[in-house]
Amino acid sequence: MSQVDDRAPVEHIAHLARLALSEQERERFAEQLGRILEYCARLNELPLADVPPASHVIPITNVLRDDVATPSLDRDEVLAQAPAHQDGFFRVPRVLEGG
Amino acid sequence: MTPSGALALRAAYLERSLRPSDVVDAAIDQIARHDPNLHAFLYVGADQARAEAAVWDERYARAGSRETLPSLAGVPVAIKDNMCTRGVPTTCGSRILEGWRPPYDATVVTRLREAGAIIIGKTNLDEFAMGSSTEHSAFGPTRNPWDSSRVPGGSSGGSAAAVAAGFVPLALGSDTGGSVRLPAGFCGIVGLKPTYGRVSRYGLVAFASSLDQIGPFAGDVTDCALMLRAIAGKDPQDSTSADVPVPDYIAAIGEGAGGLRLGVPDEVVGPGVEPVVAEAVRHALDVFAAHGGQVERISLPTIEAALPAYYLIAPAEASSNLARYDGVQYGLRAPSEDLHEMYAETRRQGFGAEVKRRIMLGTYALSAGYYDAYYVKAQRVRTLVARDFEAAFRKVDVVVMPVAPTLPFAIGEKAEDPLQMYLSDIFTIPVNLAGLPGLAVPCGFARGLPIGMQLVGRPFDESTLFRAAYAYEQATPWHRRRPPVAAA
Repeated sequence: MSQVDDRAPVEHIAHLARLALSEQERERFAEQLGRILEYCARLNELPLADVPPASHVIPITNVLRDDVATPSLDRDEVLAQAPAHQDGFFRVPRVLEGG
Repeated sequence: MTPSGALALRAAYLERSLRPSDVVDAAIDQIARHDPNLHAFLYVGADQARAEAAVWDERYARAGSRETLPSLAGVPVAIKDNMCTRGVPTTCGSRILEGWRPPYDATVVTRLREAGAIIIGKTNLDEFAMGSSTEHSAFGPTRNPWDSSRVPGGSSGGSAAAVAAGFVPLALGSDTGGSVRLPAGFCGIVGLKPTYGRVSRYGLVAFASSLDQIGPFAGDVTDCALMLRAIAGKDPQDSTSADVPVPDYIAAIGEGAGGLRLGVPDEVVGPGVEPVVAEAVRHALDVFAAHGGQVERISLPTIEAALPAYYLIAPAEASSNLARYDGVQYGLRAPSEDLHEMYAETRRQGFGAEVKRRIMLGTYALSAGYYDAYYVKAQRVRTLVARDFEAAFRKVDVVVMPVAPTLPFAIGEKAEDPLQMYLSDIFTIPVNLAGLPGLAVPCGFARGLPIGMQLVGRPFDESTLFRAAYAYEQATPWHRRRPPVAAA
C-alpha cells in the first residue's frame, strides 16, 4: 500500500472523511487499506481503455413526478430525534467566529 | 404439527385450525427461549404484534373460508434493522443510530403491513450492512442456528437465522454484495436479491446506492415468491424503482425445469471452492438435467475482477452516503464546542472498525488524484462484468453458481482479516454489479452445515428463477431440513 503507507495520507483521508482516528487505528488502517488497495491493483492488468465506465445498471433516465405539494415529515417529530434543537431548528456548535 | 410456511399458515387460518394469535404467541415464546443464544433480533415488538394478531383473528373469523384477506394476513415477519419502522428503533447495528426512532415507514414495511403481515421485530446485521458474517454488529454477533460456534453469514444474518430457526416464516434483508444470498446459503434457507429496481428502497438506510436491493428470506421457494410479490413494484418515493409489471410468481412456479437452459461458468468451479461445495452444485446440475434442463458450460471471464472492483465502488458510495451521520439531525453527538471536532468525534465514537475502514477506503478512492485510477477504473470493470452476463444470457436462461466458496466459517475466524472476509462474496458480488436477480436455495449439507446454490437470471426475470428453483426443490429434500432449535 505504497500510497497510503505513511501517516500523512491516512491523516489526510481521515480529515476528508471527518473521522477522528486513534494512533492505533491509523497504523492498522494504513496496513489494511494497503493490502486491500494492492488487491484492487489487479484491475490494472485488464485492457480497459476502450471500455466505458458503468453509470447505472438499468436504463432509467429523467424520472419526474407531478409538481404537486404533498405533506412532509412533521417538524416537531423530526426535531424530537435530534441531539439538540432550539426554536424549530437543529442546534450545532458555533460555526462563525465572533458575535 | 404446526405448519411453518407462510402459505401453509394462511391455509390453516382459513380453515380455522389455527389463529394468527397462536402463531404470534408461539413465535414470541420461541424467541424468548432461544434468541438469547442466537441473537437474531435487536428488537422484539411483542405487545404490538399480539395486538395486530388479535385483529387478524377477528377478521379471519368473519371472513369464513373466503379468500378475501390479503396475501400475508396474520403472517409474522422479521425486518432487518436497516429498514425504517415508524416509532420503532432502527439502529443499522450501529452505536451512531442507537435509540433513533424513524418518523416514517420504509415502503417495503408499508407494503407488508398492507399485505397483512405482522412485524415481530427487527433483526441483527453487520453495521450498516457492511460485512459477510454479522460479526460487525455493534450489539454483538448472531449465531448460526445449525452450529452456534459459526457465523450465519451476513450482512442480513439476523433475518436468515430467524427464519432458519423457525421463529418466523418470512423476513426481509438487504443485499449490496451478497447480504441476502450469503446468509440464506449459510443458514440453509431460500433468499432472493431481486433485480436492481424491482423493490423500492425508500426507507432502506443507504449503503451503496447503485447496488443496494431489498430481498425476501423464506423457508421455501413458494414463500419467497409470495413475499416478493407483496413488496415489489414501482414506488413514486424511489425514483430508481422500475416501472415494470410484477407477475403473479406463484401462478407459473410449477411449470418445471423442462426446456430450461442452465449455464455453469468455467471460472467458478476452480481452486478456492471447497470440494464439498463444488460437489453439491455439480449434483444439483445433475438433478436439473434429470428433470429436462439443459446444462451448458459458459464463461464469465471478468468475474475475478468483480471483487476488487466492488471494493472500490461500494466503499466509495458508502463514504458519501454515510457523510450524513454528523451528529446534527439524529443519533449520536459527541459534545464539543468546535463543529469540526464534533463531527469527527461523533463519527469516531459512533462507527465500528469495518465501517471506518470502508469510509477511509471509499474516501481515498474518490479523492483528488486517485479518482480515475480507482473509482473510474472499477466502473469500467463493472461494464465488462455486465457484458459477460449479457453474453451468457444469449446462450442460457439461468446461470448456476455456488452462493459462497466455503461452508459457514467459525465466529472470529475471519474477523481480523478483511480481505479473507471479502472473498466470501466472490460469487454474489458480480450479480450486484450487473444489477441482476440472484436466488439462493439450499443444495446439500456437509459436516452438518448447509450449502447454498445460486441461480442468476435476466433483469426482471425472477419468474424463471422461481420456476427453476421450485423444480429443484420438488426433487430434493434440503429445504425440509431444519436445525434442532426449530423443533425445540
